[in-house]
Amino acid sequence: MSLLQVKNLGINFGGLKAVDDFSVNIEKGTLYGLIGPNGAGKTTVFNLLTGVYKPSTGTFRLDGELLNGKKPMEINRMGIARTFQNIRLFSNMSVIDNVKVGLHNHQTYSVFDGVFRTPKYYREEKSMNDEAVELLKVFDLENEKNNLAFNLPYGKQRKLEIARALATKPKLLLLDEPAAGMNPNETEELMSTIRFVRDNFDMTILLIEHDMRLVGGICEEVTVLNFGTELAKGKTSEVLNDPRVITAYLGE
Amino acid sequence: MQQFCEQLLNGLNLGSVYALIALGYTMVYGIAKMLNFAHGDIIMVGAYTLLLSSTRFGLPWYLAVLLCAVVCCVLGVSIEKIAYKPLRNASPLTVLITAIGVSYFLQSSALLIFGSNKQKVDSLIKIKGFTVNGINVSGESIVTLSVTIVIMILLTLFIKKTKMGKAMLAVSEDKGAAQLMGVNVNATISLTFAIGSALAAVAGILYMSSYGFVGPYTGSLPGIKAFVAAVLGGIGSIPGAMLGGILLGIIESMAKTYISTDLADAIVFGILIVVLLFRPTGLLGKKRIEKV
Repeated sequence: MSLLQVKNLGINFGGLKAVDDFSVNIEKGTLYGLIGPNGAGKTTVFNLLTGVYKPSTGTFRLDGELLNGKKPMEINRMGIARTFQNIRLFSNMSVIDNVKVGLHNHQTYSVFDGVFRTPKYYREEKSMNDEAVELLKVFDLENEKNNLAFNLPYGKQRKLEIARALATKPKLLLLDEPAAGMNPNETEELMSTIRFVRDNFDMTILLIEHDMRLVGGICEEVTVLNFGTELAKGKTSEVLNDPRVITAYLGE
Repeated sequence: MQQFCEQLLNGLNLGSVYALIALGYTMVYGIAKMLNFAHGDIIMVGAYTLLLSSTRFGLPWYLAVLLCAVVCCVLGVSIEKIAYKPLRNASPLTVLITAIGVSYFLQSSALLIFGSNKQKVDSLIKIKGFTVNGINVSGESIVTLSVTIVIMILLTLFIKKTKMGKAMLAVSEDKGAAQLMGVNVNATISLTFAIGSALAAVAGILYMSSYGFVGPYTGSLPGIKAFVAAVLGGIGSIPGAMLGGILLGIIESMAKTYISTDLADAIVFGILIVVLLFRPTGLLGKKRIEKV
């Protein structure tokens, strides 16, 4: 059974069909790309999958469990985490606290424990701290852990967003244009980080990207969206050479 | 000198009450981005609860305090659920008008139930004061100051050191992103209203111990002044609310003694205007630098 099963998903804004009849099956451990020209509905798909928008039609399941109509918070707890196209870190909190917000659902101590500093508090706080530092190390951010998030350079903010999303312990990670605004070197580094996350966290990743080098370099399969509908789907190398896809991007 | 010290103490006493109320304003503003103008009236409800439970029915002080806190918590959370939550995505002006409406609703309800006459509330504080170098330190001052200090320490620990505190900070930064990171935004907002209202209850009890009379409009002036304190300290900032409240109390008390009782309020609000002219974000407010 596929980890993510999306069937005929669609949403209308007034008369506009922003996404129409979107279906995809993503196997566990896959790196899956979602591409298409600007305004094709890619981020809308992410907003549907994370519960920000309620779908007008269709269903989606994670690990067989129906997620339609669930709240963003519930969907996150059931295993879908995301990053944002325009970075949305908690910018006035420290780098490590950003990650800890992601971890917080996995803590069990009570307000009482927290305010009166019971042994349980110290034990859990310590393990949470270790876990957060471990995550930051993966992204080479451990030296920045006490800095405020908004003081980080752009590339590191993007990485911190991925770290924060991973902290919620998802089964499926959605990356919205992770390479946006990065130079070729940074993109290269990001590609190896994404691979590392997939291999070491046993993660399934669905990503939106405009940088075809990144998509061609790491995604095994892709779906191309155009005007809210699926234009092509399949193995990355085949889809990227499909004349219809090239036309959609470059025009006749 | 003796007079100065006593007035300083009075100012600290009054300022503590303002600070406790201002904390509620500032926390709710930080999280829900709204000015809860009904917050002052929560104090009045707390004071009436004290009147009924302690003065009328003679409950022991700890039960009376507990009851006040519970009544105010329930009231604060219900107001949020009934009046503000449906307006989560409405314009700030709509929410502001609603808050003012809730404030009038609470005042009018109190007027209907208790009538317009002010009623005497017995002080809960029975501790005797003492005199050092001719300076009178009243029992009320001792209790008010120590209670406020303890509450501020606990609140700071709560926000800095617990996961709910972190969730609050995260919600205040970006509600949408927090939700997508699995933070329960509605529960966090309710918790904020509950804490703010419990603080208002404590403030109401302390206020009653010094002033002793409760009427339907008892909450409005301390409410407005605490709002000024929150803005003075930098609205949204918790240390700012504490500092703003204490400063405001001292200024008011000094102005009453050395300048004029009639002008004291004018001076308090005048200072607000001056501070905002030079530091629009308040004393400890965050400066938002937009990155381009």
